[in-house]
Amino acid sequence: MVEQLVFYALSGILVFAGSMVVTVRNPIHAALFLVLAFFTTAGIWLLLDAEFLAMTLVLVYVGAVMVLFLFIIMMLDINLVVLREGFSRYLPVGILIAVLLGLEIVMVLGPSQFGLDIVPAPAHHGPAYSNIEELGGVLYTVYVYPFEIAAVILLVAIVAAIALSLSGRVKKRRGQRPEEQVVVNPRERVRLVKMAAERPDSETP
Amino acid sequence: MIALSDFLILGAIMFCLGVAGIYINRKNLIILMMSLELILLAVNINFVAFSHFLGDVAGQIFVFFILTVAAAEAAIGLAILVVLFRNRQTINVAELDSLKG
Repeated sequence: MVEQLVFYALSGILVFAGSMVVTVRNPIHAALFLVLAFFTTAGIWLLLDAEFLAMTLVLVYVGAVMVLFLFIIMMLDINLVVLREGFSRYLPVGILIAVLLGLEIVMVLGPSQFGLDIVPAPAHHGPAYSNIEELGGVLYTVYVYPFEIAAVILLVAIVAAIALSLSGRVKKRRGQRPEEQVVVNPRERVRLVKMAAERPDSETP
Repeated sequence: MIALSDFLILGAIMFCLGVAGIYINRKNLIILMMSLELILLAVNINFVAFSHFLGDVAGQIFVFFILTVAAAEAAIGLAILVVLFRNRQTINVAELDSLKG
């Protein structure tokens, strides 16, 4: 009973936050409502015994991705009035499509197909259960190849993001130039002079 | 007890909000990316719900990979956004017509 109350409270907050994300005027407010949506989703995942993913959602999304979003929004000097025009014109179409899509999905996935009498709710795991242990046991054995591909994807994302944001700004190439270093003639840089090891007596003070 | 269909309907509502956000804010590129995040979140809710109710941990593994790819997508998308704003001084989708598509 308590679980149901928590679920409906979190769902209400989540739907409210999601609708504010798409309708609010200021992009910074939208980003902050998206943070709220991620937090409540983490709570809902805790109800589903997915502790590791709930914590990952808070750490990765709230901690990294949304901070990145906020940075970008604050860095850009955008004209909100131009971006908002057409909002009221597209609003009825958006609502119509959302309602139609929602009705179709609910007809397919509704209580008549996935209700409690068809898919009974499983019992919650005891306190000795470790979600991370179960996930890790599968992730590093059965799914080790996709796991490494995911690592490569993240590496590519790092390189791509840095290369993209560096290319437009830097006119003069930074760093060392190996081709110029290789073709250097040592005689142009250093001049070897033959001279006596001691000065003549006349020059001593 | 909470039925599986409750979680699925919640995911459906979030998905529809994301789709509606793409339709409503079709000029603001940042809100478009946030709507994409909402859609991915809705899909992840469905995955975790099915994983719990079917007793199969593969759904959670899949959510893990979706989170990875979505983080990479957000990073690259925002980098493209910054370069775009630097070159064109706008993120209005209606003005991005240099490809004449």
